[in-house]
Amino acid sequence: MSLLRSYLKVAAVRDGRAQRATTVRHVHLADAPLVFVPLRLAGEAAAPLAAMVGDDRAHPHLLVVTNPRNRDERFAFMAELAEVVVSYIERFTTQVEMSDTRTPYERCLDAPQILVPNPAGVAFTRLLGRSTRFRKIEGPHAVPPRVPLLGRWLTFLHDRSEFADSAMLLAMTGLLSEHWVTGQSAAEDAKLSTQLAWIDPPHGLTGAEAAVQAEDPLRSPPAGPDTDPGFDHAVLQPLIGGYGVTAQLREALHEQLEPTWNDMWQAVDLLRPLPEGASVAARWERDRAALAWHQRWLTDGGLPQGRLDSAVAAARRLATLEAAQQSYEANRAFDDPLVMADYRAAGVAFAGRVIAVEADRKITPPGGKRAVLRPLVSVRTDDSVRLSPGTRLLSPARPKQKAHLESVEGDVAVLQLNGGLGKGTTLPGVGEIICYADLDPEGHRHPSLPDLADTPWTHGGPPAEYVPTDEDAQEVWS
Amino acid sequence: MSGLDTWRGPNRLDALRGPSKPVDHNARSIAALAANPACQRRAILDAAGIDKGSTIQHLGYPHQFGQSPFALARQEQFKAIVKAHGGAHILRLLRELLHLSVEEAGYHNVEDAADDNGRAVRHRHTRTVLRSAAEQPEHAATLFDDPLLKLNVAGYDVYLEPDVIAFQVGRQFHVVAIKTFAVVDGQADTPKVSAAAREAAVYVHALRELFSSLGLDPARVAHDVVLICPKDFMNFPTAALVDVRHPLEVLRRQLERLSRIDDILDELPPGLSLDLRMEGKTPTRPAAELAAAVSALEARYAPECLAVCEMAYFCRAEARACGSLEALGRTVRDDLGGLESIDTAIHLISGDPVCSPEQDAIATRLQYLRRLHDEAVA
Ligand code: SF4
Repeated sequence: MSLLRSYLKVAAVRDGRAQRATTVRHVHLADAPLVFVPLRLAGEAAAPLAAMVGDDRAHPHLLVVTNPRNRDERFAFMAELAEVVVSYIERFTTQVEMSDTRTPYERCLDAPQILVPNPAGVAFTRLLGRSTRFRKIEGPHAVPPRVPLLGRWLTFLHDRSEFADSAMLLAMTGLLSEHWVTGQSAAEDAKLSTQLAWIDPPHGLTGAEAAVQAEDPLRSPPAGPDTDPGFDHAVLQPLIGGYGVTAQLREALHEQLEPTWNDMWQAVDLLRPLPEGASVAARWERDRAALAWHQRWLTDGGLPQGRLDSAVAAARRLATLEAAQQSYEANRAFDDPLVMADYRAAGVAFAGRVIAVEADRKITPPGGKRAVLRPLVSVRTDDSVRLSPGTRLLSPARPKQKAHLESVEGDVAVLQLNGGLGKGTTLPGVGEIICYADLDPEGHRHPSLPDLADTPWTHGGPPAEYVPTDEDAQEVWS
Repeated sequence: MSGLDTWRGPNRLDALRGPSKPVDHNARSIAALAANPACQRRAILDAAGIDKGSTIQHLGYPHQFGQSPFALARQEQFKAIVKAHGGAHILRLLRELLHLSVEEAGYHNVEDAADDNGRAVRHRHTRTVLRSAAEQPEHAATLFDDPLLKLNVAGYDVYLEPDVIAFQVGRQFHVVAIKTFAVVDGQADTPKVSAAAREAAVYVHALRELFSSLGLDPARVAHDVVLICPKDFMNFPTAALVDVRHPLEVLRRQLERLSRIDDILDELPPGLSLDLRMEGKTPTRPAAELAAAVSALEARYAPECLAVCEMAYFCRAEARACGSLEALGRTVRDDLGGLESIDTAIHLISGDPVCSPEQDAIATRLQYLRRLHDEAVA
């Protein structure tokens, strides 16, 4: 989405507020998402400093590490986090049903949804998972039992989050910019508070004015995981590792986290009323199935996810990610005329009025013996079509009816229908407004239920053959 | 580069800056010189050694490039670990990385000295050690700790302290950079690696300059730098070779531009001053006057500036005030190519007549986008 987005950016500046980029919400929004705002200590890879987490906006859990360089305190933090997060996830994993498909499979009735402020929060979630999933719960470096379990769940959620069609772990800034276009640059949209300022400016302010206010780190502290260096210097440094200052430290971190916490829920409120896109439920169903797969894997005593994918697994994973992305994009366009408009702007889709239909046309395909039904449909369009004859096309109105472009002359495009013509189907009618696109929501879909042995472990199948060593359990995690 | 010894003479850059001392550059700030090569404002501010942090604050915007004390402490701690026991870790990593059989290695440490005089001494010592090392290839591999290099930036000498220089490994000299971002399961954060590469390129450049000035072959300074980082979540150092040829070339071009800064200065209004008129620690120059002076320097604001230049908030306000399309991002500028401002785009969207034939195509495109949009939301 580029041309239309650029148009909408100009419109956002003109109107002093963000413009809708979609007519529907393309992402599942849980009834009770878990909002997770983590902070880390500057200079450290994965030393948590604090987090605000919970599914009840009025009662967030505030977790604080009073001395982030102390190993025991870090694991105490992770144990506390596990209490909140694993308990939340287990609310869903315990309720399983069988699908009513030809080959039945397990899926959970619902799935967890964790919302973090930004992509850095997603990456940090991955690191927290990586730093805890190999821990041993007995022996010299024992950690509380739920810590490695937390690590395995966070890793699972992160791996799923790389799929465009998954909604179990999401970055809020990405979610918002998928649905709105602000009057500021993408670099500025990376900051949750300023993006919200454009989408929902306080009364009497333009988006631009509100965004400038929201840039002030004193008013809107960074949404993490990195803290404001000024805060580190002036507030945190005197308190970290000090004696008898726990209450002050908690209060200081509470103040840093609370504005982002509120922003997150404000964003949820903005997304909630958008009507859900038609294919959202099917995507969420895949998350529910993946969740059940992973739960089964844990129950059956499967090993934690490996450190690295094997080359084959990595290649397969890349292909699957790609397929998920394409299928997601096509589905979005089919669910939403505003998303489709961008494809029309690019000339790979067009819309217009049907002016003629040759319903009974029969031809003998090259190499074939019998004449078969191949109706022709002529569409008059004002769009500038940049498709070459032969391109396969589908219409959101009849996604099963396969077509290809025969010719474009002037403002008339002629299509031949090649499939989906059986009983119970209808042909486009003269006078109908119709849209065709070089997109296929089904075309790249990875099978919803592959063989367990063929399933990437991220979808619940077998993991790469990685056996954690004692060394993993002993990593100092400094 | 010219004029290595002609520095700090009264010149036009000093006149621009006024009586304040020029800011100290380091590898980081020099690497940042090339962040927006098309911007004359930045080139002049940097060449004149103007304190951009104080300037932006006096202009009424926050200075947003602070470093956390925790990050600094962590750097010190990790560097100490890496350098402990005569650089044992570095040698181990060099052996692994460069496939050397280095059994023993020398270790030189140049004493730290704070004042300018001390720096000159340290730099001279660095030259001596490096020359003798380069001329005696039979010598064992040596780690050179706390060296001090010198680089000329627009007529000013800048002293630079690479973490370590390792030399005579395969007759080559390697810059060693020690960073604290973790390499987890063999992967590190790409932007951080790129930033480290840009910084290390500054050292490679300075070291090559030094070799040239000694009449040695600058190619003996490897373009592969040794980047040392913590492994996984441990304090245990791991290393990788990073090819810095690209940032090296970008840097070379920008330094060359800065050495030709006179051409840009010729175009400036006579008598222009960027002096903050410091009285003690307080700038007394009226902010509006300073703003006008800064505005006289031609800028090229783009959103990328926000991450790399102290002046960004000022330049952005200025760019927004004149309706810059580029301030919305390069994609927008390219998509609406040919329009000078957002206002023009808004006019064309609302169907106002075009004022030049060049606007015809883009006006048609905007109208088309408007129709598609309105149809979709109808
Ligand atoms: S912020 Fe301003 S001075 Fe700095 S590079 Fe960008 S345009 Fe130039």
